[in-house]
Amino acid sequence: MEEYREEELVLPADPMVLNMGPSHPAMHGTVRCVLRLDGEQVVECDVQIGYLHRGFEKECEAGTWTQAFPYTDRLNYASPLLNNVGYALAVEKLLGITTPPRCQYLRVILGETARICDHCVCNAAMAMEIGAMTVFLYLVKAREWLFELLEEMTGARVTHSFCRIGGLRHDLPEGFGDRLRAALVKTREAVEDSEKLLLRNRIFMDRTMDVGTISPERALAYGWTGPCLRSTGVAYDVRKTHPYLVYDQLEFDVPVGSRGDNYDRFMVRLEEIRQSMRIIDQALRQLPDGPIAVPDDLGVVLPDRFATYTTIERTIQHFKIVTEGIRVPPGEVYAYTEAANGELGFYIVSTGGGRPHKCRVRPPCFANLQALPELVRGRLLPDIIPTFGSINMIGGECDR
Amino acid sequence: MSQRIVDLVRARFPQAVLETHAFRGDDTIVVRREDYLEVVRFLKDSPGTAMDFFVDLTCVDWPERKPRFDVVLHLKAWRSSERLRVKVGIPEDDCSCPTLSGLWPAANWFEREAFDMYGVKFVGHPDLRRILLYDEFQGYPLRKDYPKDRRQPLVPMCDDAPPQPPPFPERPH
Repeated sequence: MEEYREEELVLPADPMVLNMGPSHPAMHGTVRCVLRLDGEQVVECDVQIGYLHRGFEKECEAGTWTQAFPYTDRLNYASPLLNNVGYALAVEKLLGITTPPRCQYLRVILGETARICDHCVCNAAMAMEIGAMTVFLYLVKAREWLFELLEEMTGARVTHSFCRIGGLRHDLPEGFGDRLRAALVKTREAVEDSEKLLLRNRIFMDRTMDVGTISPERALAYGWTGPCLRSTGVAYDVRKTHPYLVYDQLEFDVPVGSRGDNYDRFMVRLEEIRQSMRIIDQALRQLPDGPIAVPDDLGVVLPDRFATYTTIERTIQHFKIVTEGIRVPPGEVYAYTEAANGELGFYIVSTGGGRPHKCRVRPPCFANLQALPELVRGRLLPDIIPTFGSINMIGGECDR
Repeated sequence: MSQRIVDLVRARFPQAVLETHAFRGDDTIVVRREDYLEVVRFLKDSPGTAMDFFVDLTCVDWPERKPRFDVVLHLKAWRSSERLRVKVGIPEDDCSCPTLSGLWPAANWFEREAFDMYGVKFVGHPDLRRILLYDEFQGYPLRKDYPKDRRQPLVPMCDDAPPQPPPFPERPH
């Protein structure tokens, strides 16, 4: 028998190419990572997106301005109301109109509720993928309480399509504020319970702390925004820097991290849930009375139903808005809001007709996800899972 | 809002700025394609402008106009929070534009998407592949002359497909 000396043995060391996705049980999204591995270490990662591309822009160009709302619901489907509001604000900017205060407050309340849902889902999914199933159930249960309220308000559980250009579909149902407050109390408890399970948990800490780190300079160079950017210590929040709606009249803090790792991203989202609760509480207290949409004369919102059935002018107006769409003056605007993942921008171009010439979305997680190869290069294969989870790539928003 | 920056660019590149306008608080400069990269580099690096945050890059198709396409870039100055839109016209017969991926890594995917949807070739881009669609996709779907309901041919099964290039360029270890 031939003798081998241990130091002369050579193990095969060719890099291995591994496909992760597009349908992978540990990655909650349709994305494919083609990895080159040296043992268990990631040498190179090529992120391939587009598996959820549905031609958002092409569809928007084919319909009227109002008909784009259902498509915006399906961008970031974890917080559809924030997309609704972002798109409505963009078209209103192009029209040069401002909605009444009550509508703005309602948009803030609904938007922040959606943000809580989004952050709950993101943290829940990230925790589940590294084994914390209980946390997932707690947080998704909390989201369900809020979804029930949103369903009561809008009629749909997820795809609300509740905003309209120049207003909202309808006003709050009776007693909504009290029920929302009660749901938020329960949500806060669920968040605290999940914190207790995770934040001093050895497994969770080992898999998130100092994993997937990025410096503030690199994060900015990649165009990061939102909770991911704030986890690196940059306190940029569109709601503070460029206040829209009534955010300048509400008091809230912008939580930031310090190391830009998975743990910080997780913590920033947890803290933002609390800040959103603060915002909702203040907004419910300050909520003024009044109309929830701009006046009928502007020809932007559908006229009052009684007037539509009894006067010829409003009948014609109703008919024209439904068949031809709202007349939007020619021009181009870029309007941006703070969505759950960061700066959600709408660049819309109008040629003066009832349909958009161009309706571009600047998806925040598209920019965030682009840095994933840099975050995982040189790390171990299992580190991709929490890193990908904490970036919160949402297929609908990233691929449109 | 950022008229100051528009004036600075005009003073530095008098021949490059074709047009400027402000609408609903958004300032826009339209620049010549030859000077596009230099203007953007100036906007990014000059301390007076410091438009150092890449927000968005996209493209707009104007089928009846010459040049046919606009590449639209949105920038933000991190310190002063000023914003500016830079547009550059791209003719259809020479559908190319200098890349910004050397200035911002963020530009990489955004330019790939503009290439994918409009067919604008970004000269000097390190990895100009389709991003949202697949390689065998025919045509550029966001061009106005691409019908919304066009069907794409079926892609042959992998066994019949020509050999694919390796997924990664070789890198020295």
